[in-house]
Amino acid sequence: MQREITGQEINSLYVKIKKDAQSSGYHLNPDEQFSKDLVKGLLINQARYGYQACPCRLSSGSIENDRDIVCPCDYRDADINDFGACYCGLYVDQDIFSGLKELKPIPERRYKQSTASEKDSTVAKTETILVNKESSAEMLKTNKIPVWRCRVCGYLCARENPPEVCPICKVKKDRFERFI
Amino acid sequence: MDIETKHIEGNNKGDVKLYALSTCIWCGKTKKLLSDLNVAYDCIDVDLLDFEQQQEVIKEIKKYNPGGGFPTMVIDSKDCIVGFDEEKIKNRFENK
Repeated sequence: MQREITGQEINSLYVKIKKDAQSSGYHLNPDEQFSKDLVKGLLINQARYGYQACPCRLSSGSIENDRDIVCPCDYRDADINDFGACYCGLYVDQDIFSGLKELKPIPERRYKQSTASEKDSTVAKTETILVNKESSAEMLKTNKIPVWRCRVCGYLCARENPPEVCPICKVKKDRFERFI
Repeated sequence: MDIETKHIEGNNKGDVKLYALSTCIWCGKTKKLLSDLNVAYDCIDVDLLDFEQQQEVIKEIKKYNPGGGFPTMVIDSKDCIVGFDEEKIKNRFENK
């Protein structure tokens, strides 16, 4: 039986995540109840599976298959860049944070839909292909992941697009240049 | 195998099945919208099922929504609305 998650637990994780987000150039969803409901989901998943899997995705129960969806998930930054929020809506961009843009549901980018006829895809043996299956080293070599450089402080990051805010010196995205 | 399904009372607007996660906020919004629209539906919280049942249900979901993902709503075993698509859900049920 699942144990009850207390308000105090939710609050303390919420405060921690919020602080971490703020200090590294991210924003939590300003709708506090919305964010806290998600934080509760993280705590439920922590109790159930032993790790804080995304509350809006089905966990397999095995960390080996779910590492990419442990919050913050592998897909957060790309979703914030493309849609203004991560899949579950816990992390949002500046526009949604300041109320200039409305939060809309985000499409799932975790799986590439397999082109071959659907096999018996199971959660545990994830036969659907994870988008980021190719190793990061491979992707760097083939220039699939660009490296961005903050022109102000020199911070380097390898990701599809530069971050909204430099996590080190807090300047905006437009101060980044492609480095590799 | 008996899959635990919760029936929510309302007006009969076809055979509406909602595959959801109990922890998912968008699933919660979808449940609330269906209730606000007074639609009768069957809800399956997939994360609360045991492993075997999950496999079975996922196979079923993928027939309609190959990409998976929650919530997935299946109507009359043919139509499918993926995600909390407020407009689509309202259009489908509001004036029927």
